[in-house]
Amino acid sequence: MRQARQRAASALLWVALLTMPLWINALGGYTELASRVVVMGLAAMALNFLLGFTGTLSFGHAAYFGIGAYGAGMTLKYLAPSTGLGMLIGVAAGTLAAALIGALIVRLRGVYFAMVTIAFGQVFYFIAFRWNDVTGGDDGLTGWQRQPLHLGPARIDIQNVDTAFYYLALACLAASAAAMALLLRSPFGRSLLAIRENERRARFLGIAVERHLWMSFVVSCAFVSLAGTLYALLNNFTDPRALRWDMSGNFVIMAVLGGMRSFWGPLVGAGIFVVLQDYVSSHTVNWMSVVGLVFVLVVLFFPRGVLGLLRGRGMS
Amino acid sequence: MQQLILFNVFNGLIVGAFYALMALGLSLILNLSGVINFAHGGFLALGAYLAYSLMPFVGFWGALLVAPFLTAAIGLVVERLLIRRLYGRDPLYSLLLTFGLAYILEDATRFIWGAQSLPYPIPGWLTQPLSTRFFFLTGYRLFMVLLVASAVGALFIILRRTRLGMRIRAGTLDLETVSALGVNVRVLRNLNFGLGIYLAGLAGVLAAGMLGLEPTIGTSLIMPSFVAIIVGGLGSLPGTLFGGVLIGVASGLATVFFPSASEAVIYVMMGLVLLLRPRGLLGEEGRLQ
Repeated sequence: MRQARQRAASALLWVALLTMPLWINALGGYTELASRVVVMGLAAMALNFLLGFTGTLSFGHAAYFGIGAYGAGMTLKYLAPSTGLGMLIGVAAGTLAAALIGALIVRLRGVYFAMVTIAFGQVFYFIAFRWNDVTGGDDGLTGWQRQPLHLGPARIDIQNVDTAFYYLALACLAASAAAMALLLRSPFGRSLLAIRENERRARFLGIAVERHLWMSFVVSCAFVSLAGTLYALLNNFTDPRALRWDMSGNFVIMAVLGGMRSFWGPLVGAGIFVVLQDYVSSHTVNWMSVVGLVFVLVVLFFPRGVLGLLRGRGMS
Repeated sequence: MQQLILFNVFNGLIVGAFYALMALGLSLILNLSGVINFAHGGFLALGAYLAYSLMPFVGFWGALLVAPFLTAAIGLVVERLLIRRLYGRDPLYSLLLTFGLAYILEDATRFIWGAQSLPYPIPGWLTQPLSTRFFFLTGYRLFMVLLVASAVGALFIILRRTRLGMRIRAGTLDLETVSALGVNVRVLRNLNFGLGIYLAGLAGVLAAGMLGLEPTIGTSLIMPSFVAIIVGGLGSLPGTLFGGVLIGVASGLATVFFPSASEAVIYVMMGLVLLLRPRGLLGEEGRLQ
């Protein structure tokens, strides 16, 4: 019964995602907003791989998001006008950075892990901010554009057709979600859940906890950097704000807002958050207060998120 | 060259004093309550702006005295109404809540006092250089270092000698036992939070005199304060103090030789510390788990 309902809900979610460009304009949105929902949703789901399914709080995921964004942008600007290559290099750079930093921090736990991830996130912010000649500094990386995709003989014009780019982002989301779901169902994913539930017992059972945490961190950051490359391509632009600490906080609140114990929750949370932010920032200059208030209210009243709330009601 | 190095080391010392003051407050709250107070920078800005508004009425010295206490009072209320509800829950929630508070505080200062930077007047005799050779050594800078040093000294005396301080230290080690011995833990945590915010407010007033007022004044100081705690050693207040001064001086020195790396260098130091001595330079073993 419960499984059937879940399957129906996922089907509904995907119908909504697949048809979003058709109805979002009618609701006062625009195709770019839809793309942003999908990109941020991917980032939040990737973060949740670590947060919700491994039970480890990273507050510095914007770093890898931003490295992906700069990797893609700089490839297109300096190296070759190829969207595919840009995404590849962006993801590779983000994953490599995560592998190095992950190795330094997997021994830490709880609040301390969170604090170190926050602090490390700032390194890349300062690099992007200071290295003017290459990254454009505070003004951001401009002077490049996403290029049409060539898949064999087919040419997909994601450059000028916003809807085409939306479906590229959606395809990336679908592939990433499938990969993460598969990983979570594998023995590796089961071990992560075991570590989340009881680290000491998992260790006694012979699970190499540190190595699993490191792998989970790297997987999570790899998908976050994929989202970052898409974010840069979406805007044809990236700036240091993409890798600042407030972006990390936004990812976490998206995951919590949607429900971090459910697989699709962060996507729902990202949808709510992105649309709300878009609406509020176009209506008032004090949007920071509103966003801050969302943080406070979610923590106090919806700690289990929207999907957690729905599920709790369904079971009772 | 020698003068340039001295200038930047002294600058680093001042910046490090700020980091240390911020980080000590953060550490107090983190050690006793397990809360990373992301809003600490917001409280710093609040202290600075409160001092600015008070100055026409009570003067420079009055503002220096009163504003940190006012900030601490606001901190006590925030702890009582919001943060208290989250003790004992996943640290994720207190982190998110204080993160939201940081947004609200920054926006509120911008709303009340405006987004432009404001000058913060300090008494004329304090701005004079003390010597012609060391032109950078103004009275205010020396005064700041001395004041931070005495504030830190006072904090350590409070923690060592007063009943409240001893309870805070005991609670850091084992809160349950302290509670069982009849200490009201809720009040203890509340006062401890206020003490931490007082330090943030004091840092704010001092920073205003040096940097002027901007709504983002706190956000630029909070990240290095995290680094100071990690480098110095989690759970150790002397370590936090040492870490703050150390990274301040290090980033000052980096300004001489490689200016664009002056911010990044402290994170490199953090990486090295985590690699070679994960518990921090003066940290106690076993506090990381």
